[in-house]
Amino acid sequence: MKRSRLPAVITCGVILFLFAPLGVLVVNSFNASRFGGEWEGFTWNWYEKLWAAGEVWDSLWITLKIAVSASLAAMLLGTLAAYALHRFRSWLQDVHHMLITLPLVMPDILMGMSLLALFVLTGVETGLLTIWIAHVTFCLSFVTMVVLGRLQDFDFTLLDAARDLGATQAKAVRKVLLPLLLPGVLAGGLLAFTLSIDDYVITFFVSGPGTTTLPLRVASMMKTSRSLPVINALSTLLIASTFLFAALSSRLQRRA
Amino acid sequence: MDDFLVIDHVSKTFGAQRAVDDVSLTVAQGEAFSLLGPSGCGKTTLLRMIAGFERPDRGRILVGGKDITALPPELRPVNTVFQNYALFPHLSVWENIAFGLRMSRRPREEIRSGVDRMLELVRLSEHARKRPSQLSGGQRQRVAIARALVNRPQVLLLDEPLAALDLKLRQHMLMELNTLHEQVGTTFIYVTHDQGEAMSLSDRIAVMNAGKVEQVDTPEHLYETPSSSFVASFIGDANFFTGVAVELQHEGYVRVQVEGLGSPLVLSHGTVVPNQTLRLMVRPEKISLTLSRPPSGERVNAFRGVVEDMAYFGSHTRYRIRAGEHSILAQLQRSRFSGGGIDPARGAEVWMSFHPDEGRVVRLEGDA
Repeated sequence: MKRSRLPAVITCGVILFLFAPLGVLVVNSFNASRFGGEWEGFTWNWYEKLWAAGEVWDSLWITLKIAVSASLAAMLLGTLAAYALHRFRSWLQDVHHMLITLPLVMPDILMGMSLLALFVLTGVETGLLTIWIAHVTFCLSFVTMVVLGRLQDFDFTLLDAARDLGATQAKAVRKVLLPLLLPGVLAGGLLAFTLSIDDYVITFFVSGPGTTTLPLRVASMMKTSRSLPVINALSTLLIASTFLFAALSSRLQRRA
Repeated sequence: MDDFLVIDHVSKTFGAQRAVDDVSLTVAQGEAFSLLGPSGCGKTTLLRMIAGFERPDRGRILVGGKDITALPPELRPVNTVFQNYALFPHLSVWENIAFGLRMSRRPREEIRSGVDRMLELVRLSEHARKRPSQLSGGQRQRVAIARALVNRPQVLLLDEPLAALDLKLRQHMLMELNTLHEQVGTTFIYVTHDQGEAMSLSDRIAVMNAGKVEQVDTPEHLYETPSSSFVASFIGDANFFTGVAVELQHEGYVRVQVEGLGSPLVLSHGTVVPNQTLRLMVRPEKISLTLSRPPSGERVNAFRGVVEDMAYFGSHTRYRIRAGEHSILAQLQRSRFSGGGIDPARGAEVWMSFHPDEGRVVRLEGDA
């Protein structure tokens, strides 16, 4: 039987479509030409410039601080929310479920604007705290959905078995439920981390002076063509770490 | 001690449904006891109340004279083998068995020797480091039993222990469970819907129906002298006839007029009055088939019928015989000594006969 070439063709097409722009970017980060129109020879120049650009590293530090703390908070709250959604059935939980899935489909611009309106109304000064709150808000939904998926596969007679063997309710949760849920929680946390790190739209609304995150910094650098190749270099590093995180996350989910 | 586990007037209602309805039972120490009944009869709810997962609405549960009705599962001297085994997938076989001992904070040395001894008992020592997912169904069940027994429970509860196994393995585990029960001497409570399982595993069986206990007895007595038609039909096969008492004889024998069949003489327990409507039961293997009329006499009930259908099972053959509007099941053993036995073909006219002691009144009219 002759095998169809169609799947291979489609796969190549998809890869080309998705990764050609990234490829151009990566190549240009090593291109001596400032505008990247043509190849003018290999250089580390842009990486050296990036290394010297202190404001970029400040922004990266802010971004990482927010991403780590926001995803940790989202992991905790999201796991609790998923547990409540799975264990209790009532109209209140139906509303809860709807509300928690809403940020998944709501346009970022709407969320950014409404959060800003809230902060203005309550007199909270925009800054690190407001960015953190905003990031926890949208990360929470993703963590909840991932953990909820794990809970639906969880056999709750395991908790009965643990109690039957002498574990208190709290100990059964700690020794049986949490270890089995952990891969899902971590996968959700990684997802939250990557979402937080590259969020632009929502952060744009709720950031204040001195809290320019990396995406905001990159966008402002774009305004001057001088720093364009430096952005290429930075983006190449970001792509590499994104791939790393994506691989880690899918590994965790597969093992689970 | 004859009443080691005591179920004292226990009831449990879920919504509008009475899952367990005023059940009282006593189980002796070291006994193998079964709760047998169709699904929804309340046997699982009763088991969950003994384990502590459900709280009775009314009544008390005692183990060894101590009231455990209000205790949470972790404080009860009772362990459970779950139907799906409920082994912890993230722990090794060894750690699964050690779980209970770790929870009760036993010394490290005691945990090690206890788990190793259990692994030996269920012959799984070489699988100690494996995860449950790497084991076969029968091995998983043995882990579940070891995990429960290592805590030295006063009562071991087994919820449909053989339901998840295939037929061949089931027969093997049946023997294995009996051996295990003899070795450890713990009180075993089985919950099962399979009468064959209950009969071969238990010293005594409680047959449950619609939340109530119909009869508690040894397997032999349940089979030979069922107290209700439900028990008679649930344990083994039975032919039922409805008739009217026409003649009372001495020693509990009664002649019953059965419409379209005849007037067999049967044994009755309880008081029967003339003209009372009765329900009779005869087990298929108690009926003999002959081509000619058996020698007539007081002590034999004989009726004519036509072979309607037959099925060969190797060790025995089953016949469906039509007599008027009655359809009667008879079962003949295949034996080398069946000397005068017959081998009737479909459509053959035969005589069915049974001894009066083999026919029983199972339910008098007006009984529940």
